[in-house]
Amino acid sequence: MTLKRTDVVIIGAGWAGAILAKEMREAGRSVVMLERGPERSTATEGTYPGSIDELRGAIRHRLFQNPAKTTVTIRNTVNQTALPYRQLAAFLPGEGVGGAGLHWSGVHFRAAPDDLRLRSHVIDRYGAKFIPEGMNLQDYGVTYEELEPFFDKAEKVFGTSGEAYRVNGQIVGNGNVFAPSRSDKFPLPAMQDVYTASLFRKAASEAGYHPYSLPAANASMQYTNTYGLQMGPCNFCGYCSGYDCYMYSKASPNINILPSLRYDSDFTLITDAHVLKINLDSDRRKATGVTYLDQRENRETTIEADLVILAAFQFHNVHLMLLSGIGRPYDPISNTGVVGRNFVYQTITTSRAWLSENQFTNQFVGAGGAGVAVDDFNSDNFDHGPLGFVGGSPIWVNQAGVKPIAAALNGGGKSAPRWGAGYKAGLVDTYRHSLAMDAHGSNMAYRDVYLDLDPTWHDSYGQPLLRMTFTWKENDIRMNQYVVGKIEPIMKALGARRYELGRLEHGEAFDTRRYQTTHLGGGAVMGTNPNESALNRYLQSWDVSNVFVIGSNAFPQGMGYNPTGMVAALAYWAAYHIRTTYLTQPGPLVTL
Amino acid sequence: MSTPSSSRRHFVRNAAGTTAFLLLAGHDFRARALAATALSDKPQFFTPEEIRFLNAACDCIYPHDDLGPSATELGVPVFIDRQMNTPYGRGELWYMTGPFREGPANLGYQLPFAPRDLYRKGIAGADHYARSARGKVFADLDTHDQIEILTAFEGGAVHFPDLNARLFFEQLRRNTLEGVFADPIYGGNRNMEGWALLAFPGARADFMDWVNQEGAAYPFAPVSISGQKA
Repeated sequence: MTLKRTDVVIIGAGWAGAILAKEMREAGRSVVMLERGPERSTATEGTYPGSIDELRGAIRHRLFQNPAKTTVTIRNTVNQTALPYRQLAAFLPGEGVGGAGLHWSGVHFRAAPDDLRLRSHVIDRYGAKFIPEGMNLQDYGVTYEELEPFFDKAEKVFGTSGEAYRVNGQIVGNGNVFAPSRSDKFPLPAMQDVYTASLFRKAASEAGYHPYSLPAANASMQYTNTYGLQMGPCNFCGYCSGYDCYMYSKASPNINILPSLRYDSDFTLITDAHVLKINLDSDRRKATGVTYLDQRENRETTIEADLVILAAFQFHNVHLMLLSGIGRPYDPISNTGVVGRNFVYQTITTSRAWLSENQFTNQFVGAGGAGVAVDDFNSDNFDHGPLGFVGGSPIWVNQAGVKPIAAALNGGGKSAPRWGAGYKAGLVDTYRHSLAMDAHGSNMAYRDVYLDLDPTWHDSYGQPLLRMTFTWKENDIRMNQYVVGKIEPIMKALGARRYELGRLEHGEAFDTRRYQTTHLGGGAVMGTNPNESALNRYLQSWDVSNVFVIGSNAFPQGMGYNPTGMVAALAYWAAYHIRTTYLTQPGPLVTL
Repeated sequence: MSTPSSSRRHFVRNAAGTTAFLLLAGHDFRARALAATALSDKPQFFTPEEIRFLNAACDCIYPHDDLGPSATELGVPVFIDRQMNTPYGRGELWYMTGPFREGPANLGYQLPFAPRDLYRKGIAGADHYARSARGKVFADLDTHDQIEILTAFEGGAVHFPDLNARLFFEQLRRNTLEGVFADPIYGGNRNMEGWALLAFPGARADFMDWVNQEGAAYPFAPVSISGQKA
């Protein structure tokens, strides 16, 4: 039963969806946005003090996807049986208006130019033989120079705080010496260093590295963004990661974009609308709209649309493409097909320093996007030739605000008791006197790491779950170990009483029980070759030209940086080409 | 930890709660929070025998010592009892669709049991194990034996009929620590003494003037979501 028609239907009310909705309304098109979770408003749900309740928040998953209805299955290798991811732990997708963009931390990077053309760059510098067998190293098909205006645009919408190094080729400040030139400064000055970040800045300098302030979509000052929407100054309350920001300081679709659409009669947001599939015409070359389940009425509804924007979380985008038959599913045996190919994640390990007993690190103070990092071992900022691996990691202190339950579950480090006698002393020492630093690194794509539909388990709507086949590979383990080794001089310069280095171990399998990051990527990647990418360089499906798929699913490999800044820039990039080219002349934006 | 001393602490804690309620009856918000705490001390989910197990086991995991009160003194069994009647306790935050198959540990939890089932089966299993191995139910053993038993559970070599004892132990450890450190509104962390141990300031959540004080200790005691002050 067809109930509605719109120019553009957008699936998902996170960053990608909100950006596309705003852009399509600016282009005069009617927009219906479908969000499977509930409405989430900072003015009601996000207010102090209810929003800063750790148990209800990060521990009981107030803003996260509830896996009871739908989840994924996971296995490490192709010869294993994948099992359901029954309890959220390793990664935490969002649900409801804002998506993961409501509970993210706020680290807001641009991409490194070399990372966008990684295959070409590695071959140019080290030769084609440098790429290990089975690694699907690829270029994005878009350059930093092409994306620069859209990185800039996104920062001005997000109210990003940071210090530039180079603007229009001129050195202007004490920012990241490895960062490419920008067309403008950050809209807001860098966030202040918390105590631990200031110690890291000094110690990293002494170790010979080049520290810089993390670019943070946490407002260091009052800010009014491109759309006339206001942010308040961050007060370092420590409730970014996993929470909505009661101070209106952390950028979110809910604060920075959607209020500008709220009174627009040609924009309709439908919540509790779980999209079941994108409908295609008989020759499967054109989408006719989408069918969703209205979860309040328990009724299937179809909306017809000229243009379908798939802007859900990374793996939900891939799942919906597979369920809808958009693009050819990837088969790792024959090495054919593209949907599900190049599924990637990020490596992350945490190291810890214990300082003297009169140094109180007050780890509850913090902001999710703020901190100090070094890029000396990220991207291709160092010579990989003698090292024999591809990729790298920033190293940082990113004190996002450590809450007591999370701290208690982690305990007092590797040597401390997990419970009983001695547990409290180890926990107190760690909570009051330690600081954490992460190696947050890249993860390459491999032929036998991919996404497809699970043969056994279904979601509560009767559709097959998405299956992840994923584990850590030797290239990435060696990269992590190398970079973690470079943390040791920082620990020494800090004057740490003791320290523990966290690293991936050889042969270590991906463990679904421990939080790592929610920075999943790939599975429907962008590129220039339809045999290796599901999307062209404008994030348009090669196969169904009125479907654009926006998200970190487009990343051919996992970069060392956090993905949201890149997702936002790609969203504005795709929107620009839809507005300037596609809408006037619908059809493939790239013809071969 | 012996049973008589635990009982004495329970008595003291309950009496203190009641007094606080009477004294603060004029302060509506606080009074309601405290009244809610006092009223629901009576277990809603666990049987008296199960509560005896929880009192003993939670205090092994988080004992009374010179750093502060034990889990039971902080209200943790009350906290866990209340959690059993939430969507979490009923397993509504977990994917609970079959088939259920075993697999490698790193692929995560694969049993058909919600937290409330894990407790029911786990406590029965633990008491059965204690009786077989040491001749008494867990709560009647001395602390030394209790700790040895929990250590065996944690080690993974003990199997209850429906689940490995390690899974139960990890569930218990997790919920015990949640109860020590969650906001007191949930029944644990009495008088915010869990937070006081860490010098965590609770719901203050505004550190504009304390971003970097060169390593000085934060000076203010915790407040709770309902406005209690330590």
